[in-house]
Amino acid sequence: MAATTGTAPAVQPLDRQAMLKEAGATGLVIFALAFGLLGFRTLDVPGGIDIQYRFGDVAAAVVIGILGRIALILLREHRPLPVLLTTAPLAVVLLVMLLAKFLFGPETGAELMRFLPFESLVVMWAILIVIVVLALRAARSQTHIASEMTVEDRDARMDRIGAKVQRAARRLGPVLLGIAIIFPFLPFADRRLLDIGILVVTYIMLGWGLNIVVGLAGLLDLGYVAFYAVGAYSFALLATGLDVSFWVALPFAGLMAASAGVLLGFPVLRLRGDYLAIVTLGFGEMIRIILLNWYEFTNGPDGISGIPRPSFFGLAVFKRSVTEGHTFHEMFGLQFTPIHRIIFMFYLILALALVVNLFTMRIRKLPVGRAWEALREDETACRSLGINPRNTKLTAFGIGAMFAGFAGSFFATRQGFISPESFVFTESAVILAIVVLGGFGSQIGVVIAAVLLIGLPEFFRELQQYRMLAFGMAMVLIMLWRPAGLLAHREPTIRLFGKGAAKEAEP
Amino acid sequence: MQNTFAYFLDQLINGLTLGSIYGLIAIGYTMVYGIIGMINFAHGEIFMIGAFISIITFLILGLAGITWVPLALLIVLIAAMVFTSIYGWALERVAYRPLRGSPRLAALITAIGMSIFLQNYVQLLQSARNKPMQPVISGGVEVMRDGDYVVSLGFMQGIIIVLTIVLMVIFSLMIARTTLGRAQRACEQDRDMAALIGVNVDRTISLTFVIGATLASVAGMMFLLYYGVIDFFIGFLAGIKAFTAAVLGGIGSLPGAMLGGLLIGLIEAFWSGYFTVEYKDVAAFSILVLVLIFRPSGLLGKPDIEKV
Repeated sequence: MAATTGTAPAVQPLDRQAMLKEAGATGLVIFALAFGLLGFRTLDVPGGIDIQYRFGDVAAAVVIGILGRIALILLREHRPLPVLLTTAPLAVVLLVMLLAKFLFGPETGAELMRFLPFESLVVMWAILIVIVVLALRAARSQTHIASEMTVEDRDARMDRIGAKVQRAARRLGPVLLGIAIIFPFLPFADRRLLDIGILVVTYIMLGWGLNIVVGLAGLLDLGYVAFYAVGAYSFALLATGLDVSFWVALPFAGLMAASAGVLLGFPVLRLRGDYLAIVTLGFGEMIRIILLNWYEFTNGPDGISGIPRPSFFGLAVFKRSVTEGHTFHEMFGLQFTPIHRIIFMFYLILALALVVNLFTMRIRKLPVGRAWEALREDETACRSLGINPRNTKLTAFGIGAMFAGFAGSFFATRQGFISPESFVFTESAVILAIVVLGGFGSQIGVVIAAVLLIGLPEFFRELQQYRMLAFGMAMVLIMLWRPAGLLAHREPTIRLFGKGAAKEAEP
Repeated sequence: MQNTFAYFLDQLINGLTLGSIYGLIAIGYTMVYGIIGMINFAHGEIFMIGAFISIITFLILGLAGITWVPLALLIVLIAAMVFTSIYGWALERVAYRPLRGSPRLAALITAIGMSIFLQNYVQLLQSARNKPMQPVISGGVEVMRDGDYVVSLGFMQGIIIVLTIVLMVIFSLMIARTTLGRAQRACEQDRDMAALIGVNVDRTISLTFVIGATLASVAGMMFLLYYGVIDFFIGFLAGIKAFTAAVLGGIGSLPGAMLGGLLIGLIEAFWSGYFTVEYKDVAAFSILVLVLIFRPSGLLGKPDIEKV
């Protein structure tokens, strides 16, 4: 037909029957999924368990699923208007109701809240987010019918963004570092924020450490937390048993972790990716089980408590008063506050993390670093070029483990208490997720992913019970959206013809 | 120690029971690995969901007054298979299918994410407490008596072992004889070629997940009946053990998965019986490492030929 111009896609007549069938199928699947686990709740009562029915929730889930599916079909068939007209007002109404507490005061707020279909606010917020996303998509395709982007276009665009961020990292890095350095002295940096900061930087350090193993050398390690545990326990046992100070024990803890890495790596590193993953996972569990059951040595599930805090480089301690030696606040003529120690901790972990980062940046330019990256790309080719794959992998594994050991001793001295509970598989998965989501091998990506995955949930502690649920979902969604990681853009470490070669490749 | 042979026999029975459960889960891993080459890390959670659906069905049946054990077992078995297999199907559809053809690591990360998600999903919906259940089947047959020491084969253990054998036979026949089995094997060998000659690859992969989930749900029901208590975390360790079993038997090989499952079960039982219970998991993983060092493709697996 002449009416359809070249730019606008032809709008096909809507096949209502097919649409209803599709939505019905979605509803049926959601019903089947929800019926068993959502519909019935096992209740703990004295002497056994009882059961509670929640068919209302099942019905709600089915209705939401069907409506959402219809909206998606309409968007796919280029009919955004009805979607926009229903979702936008709905989003506004929901938002007003959810924020009524702040807008009209607590009483009216509570009054309005009662009209919400679900009591759980988190569920309501989740529904609101879905509706808003639908509305935004509808709004965009309403205004930009012509600029429908294909998946490849979108990927290419994200790739360019990734490349830009990576290139900007050279300038962004010092800026972030500057922010990190002045962070403890900012007016709003209270104890809680500093604690979150320490946690995030710890995970950044672990992420950078694992990045050497996974990102550079391409070895999938699912048991990284084992080396973290070895480091933590080495330090804790040395400090509590032999009274060794943090600064003396730190290299030793790293050494122990590195030895554990080499010891494990020696037999298993010739395995292919997936096998290696499962063996490292098994190794992580083995370490945890040993820590849990070797009661005489590790104090079993009770853990080790009373781990000493680090001193100010052996010169002074962070205490109100001491019988011998110096205290930090007297040495610098300050008023005593416990926050000094926290700030020192923050700088300590920041320095440790920077050591890992500098090490990684430099070693990428050394033969062994080049060999890691070459091995990741093609093991057979490396073999034929005379690189010994096992030794090269072992160095990566050992060095990665060593940094985990450093982080582990820091963890032990910060907490003052460690138990096997802290070294479960979920921790390994979180660290790996940071590396993968950031885009393998990208140093700045690790920082961004750590802030997103560790920092953000810490702010929403109230949502504690939903935290891991959202975490798992985020892992899945980000991977579906960007299978190669958020900032996946691999710049060659070295080019044949200097920087000009990069310009040519730019579109 | 009592009569050594009687004690040995006791551990053997325990090991076979445990091995049956692991073997049924391991088949799901090995089939998925064979056809799309990924570790379905969330498979352990599917097993856990099967156990939860079983306990819920048992409770509903108890309330409905159906107490004739064979009928109750049959209903629970069917309910667990049906509802769990839909989780298996949805898992593949939502989390894995969009990533087909992406880097392998991406699919593994998604699988780990899905595993964390499902664990917390069940924890939220069903609370984190242990869920105990009254034993449904008790009693057993005396196999051997030596003084005070009685070795008996519990009816429960007997049912688990027999049911596993029956399922294995049905399953093997299905893979060997039916159109679906042929399509499944074709996809395993060469997915593109299978698609060219008219095999519906998407459907075959979906069905692979459904079959794997069905077998895992039966394992979940057995676990519930055998141990009498479940929680939302059982999928993790059982999943790793079953994967270990699949690797031990040679991943991609169906008889291998069953053999590996039995071996892991026996190793665990004998280790607990003769050494220490605490370190039984360490023993299982150590065996895995040893096997991978000396026979990287597993006991019944075909060696992997790398083409350049």
